[in-house]
Amino acid sequence: MKDLLADLLAKLRSFLERVGAMTRFFGQLLWLSPGALLRFRLIVEQVYNAGALSLVIIMTCGLFVGMVLGLQGHDLLQRFGSEDSLGTGAALALLKELGPVITALLFAGRAGTALASELGLMRATDQLSAMEIMAVDPMRRVVVPRFLGGAISMPLLTGVFIMVGLFGVQLVGVQLLGVDQGQFWSQMRGAVELDDIYEGLIKGVVFGIACSLIAVFEGYNAQPTAEGVGRATTRTVVISAVVTLVLDYILTALML
Amino acid sequence: MRSSRAIDVSTGLFVLLGFAAIVFLVTQITNREFSLRSESYRLQAQFENVGGLKAGAPVSMAGVTIGRVESIGYDMDLFKAVATLRIDTRYDQIPNDSDASILTAGLLGGQYVGITPGGSDEPFRDGDQVEFVQDAIVLENLISKYLFSQAGNRDEAPADAAPAAQE
Repeated sequence: MKDLLADLLAKLRSFLERVGAMTRFFGQLLWLSPGALLRFRLIVEQVYNAGALSLVIIMTCGLFVGMVLGLQGHDLLQRFGSEDSLGTGAALALLKELGPVITALLFAGRAGTALASELGLMRATDQLSAMEIMAVDPMRRVVVPRFLGGAISMPLLTGVFIMVGLFGVQLVGVQLLGVDQGQFWSQMRGAVELDDIYEGLIKGVVFGIACSLIAVFEGYNAQPTAEGVGRATTRTVVISAVVTLVLDYILTALML
Repeated sequence: MRSSRAIDVSTGLFVLLGFAAIVFLVTQITNREFSLRSESYRLQAQFENVGGLKAGAPVSMAGVTIGRVESIGYDMDLFKAVATLRIDTRYDQIPNDSDASILTAGLLGGQYVGITPGGSDEPFRDGDQVEFVQDAIVLENLISKYLFSQAGNRDEAPADAAPAAQE
């Protein structure tokens, strides 16, 4: 019993330690970010890695999420005889929740893991130490551009996801199941406010910052072993997913 | 690693696509046609009660949306709600004795302002006041009116019946 308690306290302590370390890391990143904008080339490369390379998976998933939403939404709304509001329901669902959240989860899986394992491998093969010896600050040269690249890519990916998702809803709802095209778009336009779009984009920005931060933090602080790199990658996905969903609740409660 | 040219091109495409998606969402999904595109003029209408009417609600004539409710305020001198309506300049021949009423779209739909044309030769001008208005129908008032009228009927009925009972 006493062992258990001590164990629990130690766990709590190490958890708090990690939270504190991550907060400090975040502060450092923010402090260095304006300077990193001068080396724009590095950020462009990372936008390519985190964003452009994730585009295919984001678009595929967006399309299918939209198509499922079309099927399910149509089936549900049909019971109330209001299939025409499929556009409204699907657009609001995609804009406010599905778009940002699923994009963040995919982003953590596709780009976050790549970032974490890359940085972890750099750590394990002493590349980061080598940079320090050459008087190159690895934070400035390696970590900050990756963080910014991820944070810039996420909102753009969210936008693409929502657009492709709407196309999927339209494909199934209008082309396949015969919802009236005019009703579909006009009801959507009548119901969606600019604020709903801002909500989705703000979520995209916040999730992007959170997921990128977690990925670079875990990678940079990975144990310099093969196992450590693997663990850092796993942790990135797990923590990103949990943090995304918790933040989603908080942001929704704030903006509703 | 691909050449940096190729990276630039695909990054550029990605960023463009992302922004295009956001612009698409902002312009195509929301209803901003009257604030973005066309010229408009303003009308004022005073209501005793605007019910659930909100800024941004459509103003329609014969079911065709001709404008939007720009803002709703309260006039402390008149003790009335003042709604400012923005009407598209394409519809600048509305007779100035037309009346504005607050209606409900469908059973549970949102409320909107319906304009019924009058017979005047003079059209509304920018800043004009709509003279003839009809307030929103508040369900509670309707119910209480109905209940009171029922109660009134019942009061009358026993009055007729009472003498008969006494006989």
